[in-house]
Amino acid sequence: MDMVFDAVSWVLISGGVFFMVVGAIGLVRMPDVYTRLHAAGMTDTMGAGLILMGLCFQGGGFPVVVRLVLIWLFLLFTSPIGTHALARAALSGGVEPYRTTPPQGS
Amino acid sequence: MRALGLGVILFGFWLALSGHYTPLLLSLGVGSTVLVVYLATRMDVVDHEGIPLHIGGRFWVYFPWLLKEIFVANVHVARIILSPGLPIHPLLVHYRSSQKTDLGRAIYANSITLTPGTITMSVDGQDLEIHSLTWVDVDGREEDEMDRRVTWVEQGA
Amino acid sequence: MMFAVAAAGILVSMVLAMVRALLGPTVYDRVLAVNAFGTKTVLLIAVLGYLAGRPEFMDLCLVYALINFIGTIAVLKFFEYGDLGRARSTTEAE
Repeated sequence: MDMVFDAVSWVLISGGVFFMVVGAIGLVRMPDVYTRLHAAGMTDTMGAGLILMGLCFQGGGFPVVVRLVLIWLFLLFTSPIGTHALARAALSGGVEPYRTTPPQGS
Repeated sequence: MRALGLGVILFGFWLALSGHYTPLLLSLGVGSTVLVVYLATRMDVVDHEGIPLHIGGRFWVYFPWLLKEIFVANVHVARIILSPGLPIHPLLVHYRSSQKTDLGRAIYANSITLTPGTITMSVDGQDLEIHSLTWVDVDGREEDEMDRRVTWVEQGA
Repeated sequence: MMFAVAAAGILVSMVLAMVRALLGPTVYDRVLAVNAFGTKTVLLIAVLGYLAGRPEFMDLCLVYALINFIGTIAVLKFFEYGDLGRARSTTEAE
């Protein structure tokens, strides 16, 4: 049973790290603030969610799991507020959204 | 009534985080709970928006569906980021939400922002302005279903 | 051992976020990068807590997540209004 928990936990943590690194790559690759927000949102939702869920499966007792769940809920509730505040601040700060000319390859 | 609910939630929170159950610490916990509830009442945030107890169980029906949507959208955006050509076509879309209350709109707007690929840029009454990463993200199917579900949550149990 | 690998992966993404924070170009890019960096720090502390076998680290995570959020909001509010103490809706009521 411990083996199963361990395996599930590692799959979740690897997935979380994968999404986190991809989100960070997006943060560097994307052309402007607004598109970068999408990439950063990935880190906050999937990256954090999967890693924290994976850590839950590692056990450590009730108090630790409660804290992990609370961190997860907190990140989930604050991430959109931060994103929205940033988008609004950038918009009122006069940053023009990047646009592609419609038929742009792919 | 809502203040009492807030107090119970806060004290439960305190119990879960503390881990020490001696009489002295418990009484300190009760004291801090009472103080926070008093301050919250004084700040005038203990209302149906600050402590939305009336939504009750419906939120927990909506929540798993939201998590599933977040997962699907994440895989989609990850694929865009990793593809060599970076096939993005950012655009702004106007949307009209069907929620009646500010609380419902807040849930809807935040749900849209939480799913990667779409971000709520501004909320003005029922009108939302959404920034989307590609054309596909705002084809309307997910947004309409999310809109319906949030309206259902808002009506309360 | 896998905890060390996970920590290394998180560190890599932190470096990438740092690259964005240094490149800019607008101040909002930097705030966004620092916010993402903070989220990654929270997770790094959590993983390190398991790596070192010290569950007390979870409390640090919780506090760090709170400070990170409030810090981001405070900085953004400062850029938007040039003031930390004023809320738009209450200026007339006072």
